[in-house]
Amino acid sequence: MPGAPEQLLSLQSVGFAHPARRGAPVQALSEVSLHARTGELLAVVGPSGCGKSTLLELICALHTPDQGTITAPPAVLMPQRDLLLAWLSALDNVALPLRIAGLGRAQARARARELFGEVGLDGFQQAHPAELSGGMRQRVAFLRTLLCGKPLLCLDEPFGALDAITRAEMQEWLAATLARERRTVVLVTHDVEEAILLADRVAVLSPRPGRVVASVEVELERPRNRTDAALSALREHALGLLASEGQA
Amino acid sequence: MSARLRAGLPAIALALGLLAAWELYVDLAGIGEQLLPAPHAVAQALWDSAGLLWHNFTVTAGEVLLGLALALSAGLALAVAIHLSPLLRRALYPLAVGSQAVPIPVVGVLLVFWWGFGIFPKLVVIALICFFPVVVATVDGLAAVDPEQPKLLRTLDASRWQAFRFAELPAALPAAISGARIALTIGVIGAFIAETTTPTSGPYPGLGREILSDVNFQTARAYAGSAILIVFAIACFYALSGAERKLAPWHTRARGETP
Ligand SMILES: Nc1ncnc2c1ncn2[C@@H]1O[C@H](COP(=O)(O)OP(=O)(O)OP(=O)(O)O)[C@@H](O)[C@H]1O
Ligand SMILES: [Mg+2]
Repeated sequence: MPGAPEQLLSLQSVGFAHPARRGAPVQALSEVSLHARTGELLAVVGPSGCGKSTLLELICALHTPDQGTITAPPAVLMPQRDLLLAWLSALDNVALPLRIAGLGRAQARARARELFGEVGLDGFQQAHPAELSGGMRQRVAFLRTLLCGKPLLCLDEPFGALDAITRAEMQEWLAATLARERRTVVLVTHDVEEAILLADRVAVLSPRPGRVVASVEVELERPRNRTDAALSALREHALGLLASEGQA
Repeated sequence: MSARLRAGLPAIALALGLLAAWELYVDLAGIGEQLLPAPHAVAQALWDSAGLLWHNFTVTAGEVLLGLALALSAGLALAVAIHLSPLLRRALYPLAVGSQAVPIPVVGVLLVFWWGFGIFPKLVVIALICFFPVVVATVDGLAAVDPEQPKLLRTLDASRWQAFRFAELPAALPAAISGARIALTIGVIGAFIAETTTPTSGPYPGLGREILSDVNFQTARAYAGSAILIVFAIACFYALSGAERKLAPWHTRARGETP
């Protein structure tokens, strides 16, 4: 399966250690093998500090792996913190990738404006990040990621900092948006329910150094319902895998 | 506007109180006019020599503003160079620090030898005195960009220049303005030093020279000239705060009101 020709993204036995300023390097990942086909959403769950953010940075070619190989198309990162630019309006933050690609200000804004209505941000084009709620900021950060136009999106705990109600809203929003704008996505999360709700496959990582301890296929119909019995069963299954690793 | 006035009220009240105490002190202690003129004598001198002081003031104000413009451009350019190149940082930073200890009279004559009796040598002296806070504040501002930000910009395929233009430069703007504010407050005394340490010719030598030549025998006028400089420095400082609200509104909003 891994490395088969239709895989868009594939990692083979990837290992990586962060060089430490003093002392031994921090081994973040070891022997990680993953793959995703075009249009799939691959979720990666794991305990805090197990190397999930590092994994996305490797996929985005911000580091080179110490061991193993990564085959990945051009990928864009939605970082764990939204990193919106405080001095730009929401509209200009979304338009940033287009400006970087060389479009003029007016053209970039026009393209960014088209997206705002569809995602429930109408009327907030001119608001600055400090004036937006947490959920809105994540939407703006996601639109910025989307507008970059790269085939692979790497989302790092996009809803981790939100309250439970907003997070549930945003999960539905993301599912709906991706249904319209088909992309290949790697979604990092520590929320197993979120992973099962959104993903085609869930990779479960061990505590640091992260390894893939299980890969769970999610073959449920979309749109999915979080109270669905099959979904709950899968969630219990994945939680069990995580817990058994945590003790090991 | 009336809100602004209310905000300025404590300062005005305090200044009036201090002036009253000063007047009383001169009266009761019987201090001589040459040593410490009373406020009413200073006001009288200000009124009597209004024309002379005003002409000299326009010369000095021009020097301060142009000198600060020079200090700002040189300081910003130096800060960007230091930020972008570790080699230039190691080469330039110690010398920039050292420049702050240069006793100005040592170079005053040389500057006039190079550029003549005109305004330019004075601008150089003011810039020399004022550029350093701009450099320090701007370098720190440029370095204080969120360390995660470059990662994001790289996955958006930003070039080094685009990362600088879209992220680092705007992030450093409030710090640069803080540096400019410090530069501005020392700019006025910088102009005094510039005028009194570089040889001059011409009908209006500036308020600094006027004050220096008045200080022994026309003490009240020297005080009147000083009062003008003090008010000018305060006015410049608050004008810059106004400019900051325009240039970096996100920062003023986040921090609340400026002093
Ligand atoms: N720049 C760095 N330098 C040194 N060590 C680092 C660096 N970045 C991460 N690490 C270390 O690598 C390990 C994995 O970090 P990473 O951020 O990838 O974890 P994570 O799974 O994303 O955690 P979380 O769920 O808390 O976001 C941690 O032990 C961390 O201390
Ligand atoms: Mg992380």
